[in-house]
Amino acid sequence: MDDLLADFLTETNEGLAELDSALVKLERNPGDEAMLSLIFRLVHTIKGTCGFLGLPRLEKVAHAAENVLGKMRDRELQVTGDVITQVLAGVDRIKEIVTGIGATEAEPVGDDTALIAALNRVCLGEAAPAPKPVATAPVAAAPVIAEPVLAEPMIAAPIPVAAEAPPVIVPTAAVAEDPIPEAAPEAQAAAGAANAAAQTIRVGVDVLEDLMTLVSELVLTRNQLLQLARTQGDDGGDLGRFAVPLQRLSHITSDLQEGVMKTRMQPIGNAWNKLPRLVRDLARELSKKIELEMLGADTELDRQVLELIKDPLTHMVRNSADHGLETPQQRRAAGKPETGRITLNAFHEGGHIIIEISDDGAGLSVDRIKAKALANGLATESDLATMTDAQVQRFIMRAGFSTAAAITAVSGRGVGMDVVKTNIEQIGGTIDLKSTQGQGTTFTIKIPLTLAIVSALIVEAGGERFAVPQISVVELVRARTSEHGSIDSERTEPVVERINDTPVLRLRDQLLPLISLTDLLRLPAATTDAAEDAVYIVVTQIGGTTLGIIVDRVFDTEEIVVKPVAPILRHISMFSGNTILGDGSVIMILDPNGIARASGVGGGMEGRAGGRALSSGNATQGIGANDRMAMLLFRAGDQAPKAVPLGLIARLEDIDRDRIETSAGQPVTQYRGRLMPLVPMSGMLDMDRPRHAVLVFSDDERRHSGGAVADGGRCMGLVVDEIVDVVDEVLQVELTGNRPGLLGTAVIAGNATDVIDIGFYLTQAYADWFAQPQQALQAGANGKLARILVVEDSEFFRHMLVPSLSSAGFDVVAAHDAAHALRLHDAGEMFDAIVSDIEMPDMNGIAFVRSLRSKGRWSELPVIALTSHVAPEQIELGREAGFTDYVAKFERTALLASLHQCLAQHRAGDNANQITLAA
Amino acid sequence: MSVALAERPSLAERGQSDGPSTDEKVFVTLTVADQLCGVPALTVRDILGEQTITRIPMAPREIAGSLNLRGRIVTAVDLRRRLNLPEAPAGTKRMSVVAEQNGELYALLVDQVSEVVSLPMQSFERNPPTLPSPWADYSAGIFRLQGRLLVVLDTAQLLALAPEA
Repeated sequence: MDDLLADFLTETNEGLAELDSALVKLERNPGDEAMLSLIFRLVHTIKGTCGFLGLPRLEKVAHAAENVLGKMRDRELQVTGDVITQVLAGVDRIKEIVTGIGATEAEPVGDDTALIAALNRVCLGEAAPAPKPVATAPVAAAPVIAEPVLAEPMIAAPIPVAAEAPPVIVPTAAVAEDPIPEAAPEAQAAAGAANAAAQTIRVGVDVLEDLMTLVSELVLTRNQLLQLARTQGDDGGDLGRFAVPLQRLSHITSDLQEGVMKTRMQPIGNAWNKLPRLVRDLARELSKKIELEMLGADTELDRQVLELIKDPLTHMVRNSADHGLETPQQRRAAGKPETGRITLNAFHEGGHIIIEISDDGAGLSVDRIKAKALANGLATESDLATMTDAQVQRFIMRAGFSTAAAITAVSGRGVGMDVVKTNIEQIGGTIDLKSTQGQGTTFTIKIPLTLAIVSALIVEAGGERFAVPQISVVELVRARTSEHGSIDSERTEPVVERINDTPVLRLRDQLLPLISLTDLLRLPAATTDAAEDAVYIVVTQIGGTTLGIIVDRVFDTEEIVVKPVAPILRHISMFSGNTILGDGSVIMILDPNGIARASGVGGGMEGRAGGRALSSGNATQGIGANDRMAMLLFRAGDQAPKAVPLGLIARLEDIDRDRIETSAGQPVTQYRGRLMPLVPMSGMLDMDRPRHAVLVFSDDERRHSGGAVADGGRCMGLVVDEIVDVVDEVLQVELTGNRPGLLGTAVIAGNATDVIDIGFYLTQAYADWFAQPQQALQAGANGKLARILVVEDSEFFRHMLVPSLSSAGFDVVAAHDAAHALRLHDAGEMFDAIVSDIEMPDMNGIAFVRSLRSKGRWSELPVIALTSHVAPEQIELGREAGFTDYVAKFERTALLASLHQCLAQHRAGDNANQITLAA
Repeated sequence: MSVALAERPSLAERGQSDGPSTDEKVFVTLTVADQLCGVPALTVRDILGEQTITRIPMAPREIAGSLNLRGRIVTAVDLRRRLNLPEAPAGTKRMSVVAEQNGELYALLVDQVSEVVSLPMQSFERNPPTLPSPWADYSAGIFRLQGRLLVVLDTAQLLALAPEA
């Protein structure tokens, strides 16, 4: 039976039972207004619901009865026995019909005109004409006595029932022919009530909640007993005798826990049952063809969780239908079947429920999202250039991303996705999305089975134990702590390194930001055991970012009962609750989201409004560890040394104070026959200094190589206090650029050094620096802007490379690894050239180019290798693998020259794999 | 003068501040930094010996931590800190008085819980106006006992903890 109908029947049966006694009470005490309004409400509810469910016959009867009651309530009608009798007759008829529905799931056929007419007459104040003794039957039967079989509802109803429950109903049907019709409704009503009552009992949710709390206590007590038995039972004392009953108690407790949990469990289908209708309506409204597929609808989860995800789910399905799927015409054009498909899939995985909502629609348009993110000030162009597609797509879940007006026009999706995300995170869940342009989008929601009992990892820091919810733990890493900065790559165990006291960990060629739980919670440092310098790092995933939490020890996982913390402690965002462990001690449950926020990484990303916050969000990705590059060190403003990659700087100049002029409020200088804007690094130009050191950045190359030198290149001078040195260093950048203009911090020449984001200062001088001037367009094979794919695992280098190539007039797409690049290939992307790093995790540049050359549409493309090792045998290896050219990191001019050469050759159809050593 | 709590339940009342409406009231006496104090017996849910208390990082100073009372988590409030008194000497075995406030259980950490006494209201007085701040805030009045004074602690005030208090 339809759930909705079943609910209605249960509810209505309850209401009817109440009605009978209420009406009788009212008759005895006609002045009882409270009782009267209760009756009115009950009947009104029945009427309202059956209108909703499409039960016209029931609705009419209820409506007539309601009218009478309404008159009584408004004191237009005296409450008399006759009137009550008439209403009771109506109630009886309602009961009959409800019973019929309970048996057949459809309204029994019958004629209620007489009853309704009688009720209406009462309503108008006329005397009830029905003979008093038997209320029900005569009213209905009297006018149509000639055709009892048709007119008598009791007869019509049981016939279809007979098939279902013959022993009870068949005789009833037979009896119905009998001149005493009361027998039938009674028997039938009883049968129907029994039907509805036997299967379900309605229990208040608070009763279940109390039960759950009690069971939780019981589980804890059981755990304590077991612990006691383990620690003391061995010596064969009195406790030995308790072992068996204790074991039984333990089993019963487990069963009880399971049973009580079950009372709270509901199939997720309950949250879905309104969706088919919703999708159908949407499809009609939008003139789309949509098929909704629901898998795993019987997957059960806690009702509390269920209630909380209902709305987000509905919202997401609506989104998929509205924005995800294309119109039939568009789908035909894209070579897809006309009917779009939305698939809901729910399943259990490791104590969690995974819900996937996928569509086979157009997918998220990365370009549109980028444009939208730019327009809304969520990110800068250079931020976007370095982001992976997945990162860009996650923008749709950022607050402030979509505004109602822009949804369909620009982003194509994302009504309140940030709200969805917040709701899911509130119940300790996570949400992620995967989208392939042209193929569809999949949202994956991971939520705990229940909010009451969670699996948690018990850790220790600063002598205190804490529980970390298992849902956010990705892995555990054992690492050594070592002296500042000493890097010992011989040992296999990873080492916690420090950048200016900030701990980081190299984990599989990624820099993992670490936060010490001891420091974060301001705990006293653990008793330092010099010999034991090992720590554990709990790697947690919070949204799209990872964070390592340093703890002193790790115990095992335990099922814990989450209890809310006392009100006085609720403001401490680092804790999501507390619990009692098996040994009876109280411990706090850590909230990874709160920790991430408190430590300024990850979780804070979504919260902050400014576009620059992005850089810190990306921080976790870090950069490859072994990249050596030439850096220019200088000082500006404060004493902290600053650095910028030498390859980006065109020239260094020393400019006399007298040569600095002001134009439109901005300091400028005449430089090589042009005006060059000067941007003081410290914000203010110190005019007391006789001379200023200036780093000149220029986009000369793009003019010269672009062919059309219209007005010469543009320059920008960054004014600094002092140029310190040029160093060639292994760069380890911790990209925590919370400040604009700062990429991050690195240890260079033994000092913590700020690495400058040149892109920021360039746009200060020329807001359109990265915009591509018409005359500088680099024509690709098809005459359009040359499209370059940059494959680079290091976030830092992507950050450098992409703006630099964009400024030279290329259309640049960045991929964060070879696999990502190959996905772009599979998605049908086409480029004019590829620039790829050699050292990358999983699939290195050599393997990548081999795979490109072996097959596919990219097999003929020029591929330029970027590497820090320009050894002859390396180059030979690269050439054999299929690289067109080899360029040292980060030689901007050489790379541009190589690109032009490759593109020219490629255009000329000369695809011979020539090696031109540019480095 | 000490009586068992159970024998005189009718005399114990929650309100203890105003007027000699009844002759006597029952208090649980305790000491904190050598000051004798009393808590209305009926507000006391439990009296605990020394307990393992889990410290709570980042918590306000007067929160000593949490403890497990028969499966319920109880927040322990350090009375010395609440009253701005010097810390208890290291190694003191402190006891707690458990009281309920808005459905939450709190344990007041005190130096020593002594006995349950029934005190005549004639010996009750309001706070002397010169009583300094923390005491005046949390004291509901004073009982004149033989040889010493008993401060009636206002548990509702003591436990009205505000975040960042």
